Amino acid sequence: MSTTTDTGVSATGQQGFGGVQARSTVALNAPRIAIKNLEFFYGDNRAIKGIDFNIPDRQVTGMIGPSGCGKSTLLRVLNRMYSLYPGQRATGEAMLDGMNIVAPDADLNALRAKIGMVFQKPTPFPMTIQENIAFGIRLHEKLSRAQMDERIEWALTRAAIWDEVKDRLDSSALGLSGGQQQRLCIARTIAVRPEVILFDEPTSALDPISTLKIEELIDELKRDFTIVIVTHNMQQAARCADQVAFFYLGELIEVAPAAQMFTAPKHAKTQEYITGRFG
Amino acid sequence: MSLSMTASSVPGPRKDPEVAARLGRRRKRADVIVRTLCMVATLLGIAFLISILLTLFVRGFTAMSPMVFTHSTAPPGSEGGLANAIVGSLIQATIGTAIGTPIGMLVGTYLAEYARGSKFGNVVRFVSDILLSAPSILIGLFVYQILVLPFGGFSGWAGVVALAIIVIPVVVRTTEDMLSLIPNTLREAVIGLGSPKWKMIVFVCWKSAMSGIITGILLAVARVAGETAPLLFTSLGNNTWSTDLSRPMASLPVTIYSFAGSPFEDWIALAWAGALIITLGVLSLNILARTVLRGRK
Repeated sequence: MSTTTDTGVSATGQQGFGGVQARSTVALNAPRIAIKNLEFFYGDNRAIKGIDFNIPDRQVTGMIGPSGCGKSTLLRVLNRMYSLYPGQRATGEAMLDGMNIVAPDADLNALRAKIGMVFQKPTPFPMTIQENIAFGIRLHEKLSRAQMDERIEWALTRAAIWDEVKDRLDSSALGLSGGQQQRLCIARTIAVRPEVILFDEPTSALDPISTLKIEELIDELKRDFTIVIVTHNMQQAARCADQVAFFYLGELIEVAPAAQMFTAPKHAKTQEYITGRFG
Repeated sequence: MSLSMTASSVPGPRKDPEVAARLGRRRKRADVIVRTLCMVATLLGIAFLISILLTLFVRGFTAMSPMVFTHSTAPPGSEGGLANAIVGSLIQATIGTAIGTPIGMLVGTYLAEYARGSKFGNVVRFVSDILLSAPSILIGLFVYQILVLPFGGFSGWAGVVALAIIVIPVVVRTTEDMLSLIPNTLREAVIGLGSPKWKMIVFVCWKSAMSGIITGILLAVARVAGETAPLLFTSLGNNTWSTDLSRPMASLPVTIYSFAGSPFEDWIALAWAGALIITLGVLSLNILARTVLRGRK
């Protein structure tokens, strides 16, 4: 169904607004998460105002918009992170595998095993590289020593960091560089074998080379995982995303395949944001 | 027309080099005064500290002999040491810390991880802080009321409980402080993997905060090792060798207290030896913990 042509910055992409190059047109897959009339409240403050859209299966959905527009909030709704904090609540529907994510009786630990998250700043745990990966796996599975080693190698390989750490799996994860730590966090997330991975500005704390590596990785990971990425970087959204959603003041202004979004946005507000006139 | 800044475009009178020079001189004078005050205060503090330590080391080492460690306290003029007091102090401080530390850590964890911003949590934190600064003699009197009077006498256990009560608020405070330093994103990262909260606390938060918490425990040990007042009303002291916690038990601080105030020279010398032993004990514990913690990093 999907015919992904090439990686990264697409040479065949059309020239878009503000010099942003979107990847070539790709048909969107069937929805993995279906969001209907979703609202979110910080206390009495309505931060997400009744949004509807689909997150396509095994493709990358980029969420863009100015600070405070609700995009990161939406990400935190999708794995129920907000449930940690009293006074925060969501209403409406976000259906994943026939289950409503925001339902009060949802099994949160099982949900979070299905929907992993990678944060803005790398969050290595204060343990060895190997234990960092094993920690998440042990929460949900009982594996033999050999199976565990195999899974750890698989996860680190998929996260493109195996070659850099295979000789020091027993040393502390805190000794890795920022970019390595972020890839370790990605490995830790995929080791649990989630269906969806949420990225919250995963490269904003990284240097350009590490950023490029993470972007290439995201492109690679979407063969197996559904990916949602929040970014402030228009180029990044264009390079990575198949579908882009633009948020403004808690509302979903426009959602479209990336190529269409960056070449022919329907909404004036979207066009202004993409071309850098505000934000 | 042009937006470039020229001297004439800045509002106010022209810059006067004489005024600038005067302000500069005043700034330098103020700098010298403040720096001098800081240095005098520092020297004063250090002078007292060095004087205390010097006296302690000179008097303590002259009084030191193998007998200090092999003989128990004895009447003045006869051959006596501090063996019973050293062992009594070790037993009471160790068990007191062993009881107080887990309670303190759990309360601190409750405050930082479960009761953040809650009313009950604020009350607990307030009470713990009051306990932290309460005169230790009050704690001695309290234990005297609840353990010594009802159970018919002074005992090592009463001393242990009094010391544990002193340990708790110190460990509560450092545990909470250290856990509060952990960024929330680290907690969210653990929860985001589908971890229950208790695993997040035990395997990630405690581990992150461990070196700070251990420092707090050491502070508590240092504090109880030198406490006299709470032991006066609880374990009282014992002139013979005893490791029975149900009977009165000797301790270094109480022995120092009674020997130092006596008119007998050999007792006074033993008091100095005891003070030196406590100081060196706490010092070596600190150094040990620091090396162990550094080795792990």
